[in-house]
Amino acid sequence: MLCDSCKERDAVVQVTQVTDPPVRQLNLCEKCAAERGIETHVTMPKQPLADFIQAVQQKQLLAGSESWRCTFCNSTLRDFRNTSRLGCAYCYGAFEAKLRDLLRGVHGTSKHQGKRYRPPAEGGVEEGASVATELRTRLRRAVEQEHFEEAAKLRDQLKVME
Amino acid sequence: MTLDLSLLPDGGVNWLDASGDHAGIVLSTRIRLARNLEGFAFPGRARDGERLRILARVREAVESSPHLRANLLVRVDELGSDDRLLLHERHLISKELAGLDVQHPVRSGAAVFLGDGIGVMVNEEDHLRLQTLRSGFNLADAFADMQRIDEELGARVPFAFHDEFGYLTSCPTNTGTGLRASALIHLPGLVLTKEINKTLAGLQQIGFTYRGLYGEGSEVVGNFFQISNQTTLGRTEEEIIDKLLQVLTTVIAREEEARRVLLRDAGYIIEDKLWRAYGTLRYARSLTFDEAMNFLSGVRLAVGLKLITGLSVYTLNKLLIFSQAAHLSHAEGRPLSESEANLARARYVRQALAAEVGM
Repeated sequence: MLCDSCKERDAVVQVTQVTDPPVRQLNLCEKCAAERGIETHVTMPKQPLADFIQAVQQKQLLAGSESWRCTFCNSTLRDFRNTSRLGCAYCYGAFEAKLRDLLRGVHGTSKHQGKRYRPPAEGGVEEGASVATELRTRLRRAVEQEHFEEAAKLRDQLKVME
Repeated sequence: MTLDLSLLPDGGVNWLDASGDHAGIVLSTRIRLARNLEGFAFPGRARDGERLRILARVREAVESSPHLRANLLVRVDELGSDDRLLLHERHLISKELAGLDVQHPVRSGAAVFLGDGIGVMVNEEDHLRLQTLRSGFNLADAFADMQRIDEELGARVPFAFHDEFGYLTSCPTNTGTGLRASALIHLPGLVLTKEINKTLAGLQQIGFTYRGLYGEGSEVVGNFFQISNQTTLGRTEEEIIDKLLQVLTTVIAREEEARRVLLRDAGYIIEDKLWRAYGTLRYARSLTFDEAMNFLSGVRLAVGLKLITGLSVYTLNKLLIFSQAAHLSHAEGRPLSESEANLARARYVRQALAAEVGM
């Protein structure tokens, strides 16, 4: 099949053009595809993680906020940049704005469309009780990690609630 | 802890039995979900004691789950490196859980609950990695199994979930559904007709990716590709599965077409090449792993094209797994040097083929 653009070389890639309607199917050769920024040459398996780290570095999504710290696991955005892994689920709250941008970069969106999770009901836990449970978990971690200042703050918050 | 895989049906490899659809082309279908427990740091950040508490909670949940309670608990952190490699070669645990990665040595609390095509890895990159595995091309059953165990565990331990972002995972590439669905597919026709790059580039443009035989970071050997979804956020689980189903159906049709073209346009060249591969496997005295994989790929294609008869896909599948280094050492009952493993591999392959087709 000939390339729809140059009509000279064999087409090697099929592209669906959706930018200006109507939607069109284009068959392009390697050269014309490259001119449009479409990659046709694949040699080694691509690793999504490597792509993702590159995306992080290229877009500098984390610039200027590397010392932000999650109060639950004590990890920073710098740790995340170095390991590409977050420390805990609470990091999503601590770095919410940055992660929203990052998720959009990686997945094209930050809005989950899949299954909505309903946690197991522990005998009808009230709102206040679950906050207290979270505070107690954070207090336990702070003590384990010998972050006594943080532990004292959490203990005071718990006292107020009780 | 000693590892006794005889406690599992078919040693944990009955997904190799070639009973599923398109088993000549698709070895297996796999679905995995990443899940984390509320209130604990992720395994990479957690302290030893915290990971052990996670394992204890998961164990309690598994033991009361109807579809998981029969699973066998293997404490990966208590195994020697040979046994950990054996589990990895058998595709029962990931490289990270096995602690084979220099970056990620084995962690305390690393464990797996193994069952018939269903596994739960604990303290891998995420607290939980649930996986279901089916022979051949069978996304529907693998997905149904997965939904059941996800429901059962999620009702027993609280998962970390965010209203906007969905299920929260250690690496943001898995956030949202946490779902990765894949098929291990043999594409020698597309490789020989040089159509493979076009096919793979097409996959990547529509949000799918490919890896080698052992998943992330592994190289493509023996023309085996693991094709899976690239993104996990912004689509429902059903949409991801449906799209992969369409993609794989197309790839299988292209592979079948490429095989027809090969036979039509280069019949005797292909026939000669494949019989030579078979001859080497039948009579060679030393085989490296890569050589064995490539010749097995040729023989598998010959069986698919009905050039060689009397040899089952199940036997070929088992050869892929049992001709690996840790499996050969295990069978010999001692550690083998590389050259000893090459001799043992050639001997094992010769014997397996002779047993199937006669001397």
